[in-house]
Amino acid sequence: MSSKRSTFLISALVFGFAFLYVPILLVMIYSFNEGKLVTVWAGFSTKWYVSLFSNDGMIDAAWNSLRIGVMSATLALALGTPAGLVMSRFGRFKGRTLFSGMIAAPLVMPEVITGLSLLLLFVTLEQMIGWPAGRGLSTITIAHTTFCAAYVAVVVQSRLSGMDTSVEEAAMDLGAKPAKIFFVITLPMILPALLAGWLLSFTLSLDDLVIASFVAGPGSTTLPMKVFSSVRLGVSPEINALATLIILAVSVMIVIASLMILRSERMRSRASAGADAQH
Amino acid sequence: MSEAVLERVHEDVHKTQPWNNPDAVPYIRFENVTKKFGDFYAVDDVSLDIYRHELFALLGGSGCGKTTLLRMLAGFEEPTSGKIYIDGVDMAGVPAYERPTNMMFQSYALFPHMSVEQNVAFGLVQDGVSRSEIKELVAEMLGLVQMSKFAKRKPHQLSGGQRQRVALARSLIKRPKVLLLDEPLGALDKKLREQTQFELVNIQEKVGTTFVMVTHDQEEAMTMASRIAVMNEGVINQTGTPFELYEYPNSRYTANFLGQVNLIEGVLVDDDEKYAVIKSDEAGCEIYIDHAVQGHEGMTFWVALRPERLRITKEAPKETKYNCVSGKVEEIGYLGGISTYHVRLESGKRIKVTEPNSTRQIEPRYTWEDTVWVSWEAGAASVLNK
Repeated sequence: MSSKRSTFLISALVFGFAFLYVPILLVMIYSFNEGKLVTVWAGFSTKWYVSLFSNDGMIDAAWNSLRIGVMSATLALALGTPAGLVMSRFGRFKGRTLFSGMIAAPLVMPEVITGLSLLLLFVTLEQMIGWPAGRGLSTITIAHTTFCAAYVAVVVQSRLSGMDTSVEEAAMDLGAKPAKIFFVITLPMILPALLAGWLLSFTLSLDDLVIASFVAGPGSTTLPMKVFSSVRLGVSPEINALATLIILAVSVMIVIASLMILRSERMRSRASAGADAQH
Repeated sequence: MSEAVLERVHEDVHKTQPWNNPDAVPYIRFENVTKKFGDFYAVDDVSLDIYRHELFALLGGSGCGKTTLLRMLAGFEEPTSGKIYIDGVDMAGVPAYERPTNMMFQSYALFPHMSVEQNVAFGLVQDGVSRSEIKELVAEMLGLVQMSKFAKRKPHQLSGGQRQRVALARSLIKRPKVLLLDEPLGALDKKLREQTQFELVNIQEKVGTTFVMVTHDQEEAMTMASRIAVMNEGVINQTGTPFELYEYPNSRYTANFLGQVNLIEGVLVDDDEKYAVIKSDEAGCEIYIDHAVQGHEGMTFWVALRPERLRITKEAPKETKYNCVSGKVEEIGYLGGISTYHVRLESGKRIKVTEPNSTRQIEPRYTWEDTVWVSWEAGAASVLNK
């Protein structure tokens, strides 16, 4: 009976994962396809990787995406961390519910609406104060920062609310002023959450197509935009090679981020549950 | 006794019991302190004096306001009204980081990313003490709490007892005027707790700091404290030495909270300058008290009888007019050193009696459903009116 159940569980597991990962696996396999047709296997080759790296348009787009990703993740961290701190440490203040709702809103807002509204904002701003002059890397960076900051705020808030406030009180009790407590005690303790938030923001920015399409200008094509437009002209095996590289990069970052969160969780539970059992 | 000797005795009493010296100046003073959270009175008009070098315990159940009182002393909460003085200085508006108090937290609240050494040094670093001096003081303090070996460890590499020592060292290193302890032994297992109780008292005597401790454990409070304030629902019920509180409780709450007690309800029927008689329907007997009672005849009182002050016998005592009831043994708890018996009286009231097993018996002295007599001395009972 138990073997019957485990067969069922194992097949559910296999099918579930197959459903999720076989398409991705196929893309990776076909990126090493010799032939020009995406769906017909014609032998092993790495020529599409070579051609990808000599495609200047693609390299430029990748470079744009990286720059935007780093910039907006960093800005999102700078904006989202104080927001998360306020949400978890300032207790009840007037308008807290509104504030928390407004922080969470970008997470569930359809990207089309976010993109469109930001485009309208940038155009209006340009007409009124002359900045930003045209749309380009800076407008995409600003757009990505807005929704990434929301993610960072949520990550930081959840980390802080799981943290014992008495640690910060202890620092204050021993003579540290609030600003110093933040930099010497709070910041080091939430560092894993900050790194995770940064990586998450970077990944989100790297992936975004819709919002970037709205607020991009000439010369600021990001990688997803480039991929999307070249797919419309016909799928080249080059895209498979690119997809493989992106999947690798993103999964490495996700793994690093989750390992960091896991490690800090473990440290924390060990620190609190403790080795009382040793006695 | 000559006058000189008498004076010396007085001086001694005043030194060791400053609360009995009308001229002594309190070191910590709460003056009509109230703390409201919304509509809830966490602390309700509390006035309290604590003297220098005391180990003072705030005792009460959870939610009685004892921790709020401690946090107001530390500066984490501001009183809604009332004043707090430490060493004569009004603490209103003084932030936690400028108060002459340090606190040992219930969760210890060690800085997880710092070593034991850095944790202990933290307070001194904030004060800008020179590095060489910090090193010396930290080494000395770690020696005091016997943690020198673990100086380089991180908190998560320590056991509960070791963390407790580090927390103590960290809160003592600035030589605070007052050390606040929030359930200092709450996170330790029972055996370690008993051992640590005495250690804490020893350290307190060595450093001479005034300790204010919050605890819900009456045994802990009685073992460690010079005086105890029993709190309930934001109000201090009674303040006194462990002896005073146990022997002369002022209310049913205090009597119940410290140790075990049988409370028998009755009505005052005879009141004299030297004695009083209380008639209790609950016990089905008259209770003779060997001192006068504040009250008038017909008033309801509760007679508090500690289980260990009661005598249990198979035969009726010679004198059965007063202080004597009979009933059936309902439950027996044999603890080796002592036995506890629950005796059900005719009225249905249950009386708890403990008896030391001071001699070896061939078989247990009483068994279930035995009819027994329970009696007590006239001086054993305390009479409570609330």
